[in-house]
Amino acid sequence: MTERPFRNPYPGYDVLAKWDTPSWNEQTREVIDQRLTDVPPRRFFTETQWATMEAVCDRVMPQPERGADKVPILPWIDARLHDNQGSGTRFEPMPPLQECWRRGVDAIEAEAQHRFGRAFHVLDQAEQDLMLKAMNDGNTNSPAWGPRLPAKMFMRQELLRLIVEVYYAQPAAWSEIGFGGPASPRGYVRLQPNRHDSWEAADGDATLVRAAAFK
Amino acid sequence: MTTPAPRATSGRAPDVFSHDSWIPMRQYREDEEVDFVIVGTGAGGATLSAKLAEAGFSVVAMDAGAFWRPLSDFASDETEQNKLYWLGERISGGDDPVEFGSNNSGRAVGGSTVHFQMVVLRWRPEWFAAQSKLGYGRDWPIDWREMWHYYDEAEEALKVSGPVHYPWGPPRGRYPYREHEVNAAGLVLAKGAEALGVKWAATPLATLSAPRGKAPPCVYRGFCKSGCSTNAKQSALNTWIPRAIEAGAEIRDLSMVGQIETGSDGLCTGVVYHRDGQWHRQRARNVVVAGYAIETPRLLLHSACAKHPDGLANSNGLVGKYFMVHSNHAVWGVMQDEIRWYKGPPSMAVCEHWNYEDKGKDFHGGYAFMSQGPLPIDHAKSLVADTGMFGMELRQRMALYNHMAGLKIVGESDAREENRVELSDETDELGIPIPHVTYSYSDNDKRLYNHSLRFMRQMLEAAGASDMTETSSTAHLMGGCRMGTNPSDSVTNADGRTWDIPNLWICDGSLFPTSGGVNPSLTIYALACRIGDRIAAMGKRGEL
Repeated sequence: MTERPFRNPYPGYDVLAKWDTPSWNEQTREVIDQRLTDVPPRRFFTETQWATMEAVCDRVMPQPERGADKVPILPWIDARLHDNQGSGTRFEPMPPLQECWRRGVDAIEAEAQHRFGRAFHVLDQAEQDLMLKAMNDGNTNSPAWGPRLPAKMFMRQELLRLIVEVYYAQPAAWSEIGFGGPASPRGYVRLQPNRHDSWEAADGDATLVRAAAFK
Repeated sequence: MTTPAPRATSGRAPDVFSHDSWIPMRQYREDEEVDFVIVGTGAGGATLSAKLAEAGFSVVAMDAGAFWRPLSDFASDETEQNKLYWLGERISGGDDPVEFGSNNSGRAVGGSTVHFQMVVLRWRPEWFAAQSKLGYGRDWPIDWREMWHYYDEAEEALKVSGPVHYPWGPPRGRYPYREHEVNAAGLVLAKGAEALGVKWAATPLATLSAPRGKAPPCVYRGFCKSGCSTNAKQSALNTWIPRAIEAGAEIRDLSMVGQIETGSDGLCTGVVYHRDGQWHRQRARNVVVAGYAIETPRLLLHSACAKHPDGLANSNGLVGKYFMVHSNHAVWGVMQDEIRWYKGPPSMAVCEHWNYEDKGKDFHGGYAFMSQGPLPIDHAKSLVADTGMFGMELRQRMALYNHMAGLKIVGESDAREENRVELSDETDELGIPIPHVTYSYSDNDKRLYNHSLRFMRQMLEAAGASDMTETSSTAHLMGGCRMGTNPSDSVTNADGRTWDIPNLWICDGSLFPTSGGVNPSLTIYALACRIGDRIAAMGKRGEL
């Protein structure tokens, strides 16, 4: 199975083109520069967990058009977990952050072995999607999940959230959705519908909107 | 994210209107018994610090968070600005567990007002006597006219920008500053409201529509929830805090209070707090707790001692009980128009129809709803948490970002004893027990938010939206130390003075006996203004 291509409504737009304009201030440039250049090494996950998670990130946020130049997701997840930097909420009955993730990723692997007799990262895309959907519905079979780790809760409150939190922190992700990105000291002037300032993305490809929502 | 060192030291504090300069600040010795030590500097604590210092009291106000200078410390970046949130672990249970952190909990000098989205609405007058006038909930120990007087004071202190005529409730004066131009996201609400025949208004917002002193007007950059690097947002950090320091209060940043100490007579003697890697002790004649609805009960419970074995102010067992949130359900849709909701404050249009209309409801209480403008991470997180969407479907859905519009409620919820804050048997890095919060909606709460989902869906549809989705969440924290008129069924009196310990006070949203159907910050500001005036008057009469 090959992945559907991503259809970018804003192909000519790059928020990074505003780097040296009044839309970016010094503290923002510093933060984003570090994010683009200083990708952290693996410190939290084991090699096996890393392989599982690489495959999970690929299915949750596929980037087929980028080839080897994918926006890095997993290194930032690993860094957050290594620093034990949580979100301020531990939903019952899940264990504390680090234990929750170690056990959660191990359970994904155990579930793959249980269902297919193979590691998650060697399953084909359809099998991987099937498994993620099953987790999403709470229809898991492996005993590795256990009472303190409901698969649906781990999937929605931890796994999916952290993946999108890391992905949409990247300038490439801001560009592909037409988001204005950093905007200080200069903000915006034109607030009306169908109007934009010269330093925003040009109108997006409206056929994509119609295709998606106004069939 | 880096952990900064305390800045408010050596007789000076950061000048929040500068990139890197300072203002002089009075400081007190730890063995000097100050009139008031205030724990927390958000809407309650910062306001009270200014009011009490201006009344001539010696005040030390402590906050667990950092003392930021918005112009140089705040990046235009959701991730970096996680530094504004309370990210310490809280265990969340019950049938409808509450999300904390970025959802409702700040950790900074200025508290949650540094990241709040500036919506400042008054309560409907009848809500202050909900039980007598509307037949549900509970009466507040304060008359609505008095609260409305203090709303005037709070709105003036924040130079609120709002409409000339607000369409709901009794007549009120004009807002101090003119209303903001409503963005495209707000105009979606307007269009839907007009189609359904209900009123709407430009939201009264605590962000400047014209210059004020050293603060410039809003530039509509849209990162309000990540902190305002323009300084247009009128947070406690750039309003009440400078006022408090000017009047002689000391702000102690990065100071986490671990315990309130009491003497052999059972009265408070001061607090023990952690700053710069060690524990310290500050003596005080009065202690005010203003840590919001989780940290306030947590501190009172953790301060248990021989004289107060169940925690301070807890002889009737009510500390931590009757904890409330607002339901925060939303409907989202795709518009033909480009909306680009990232521009401007997130909620520029409001509809309070169902706060003021009592007919046609299958529930008691009310809700306001507002237009929305979440930044990408915020939007993606609520999308995946609620729908479980992933894969190319998710990435392509996110690419509709500039065509999205949404309506979200602030829904009143019942005050129920079973919803509560307790201490767990696990501790944080300072050895303080981690809070355990239990929350479940009542049947009425569910009827209320289901009504809102039906109504908002109709409205979005009337405005031209298609492909709609719904999300559920909670917003704001209230209750846990409710005030009242009777020592047997409340924790404090109307002045925030605890029934058990006359020199222990509470001044924050945990005082709320009921939740109302609007954002709580303006009411917390107003309560703090009132408590400040009451304490000053008691001081003059020798009643402290």
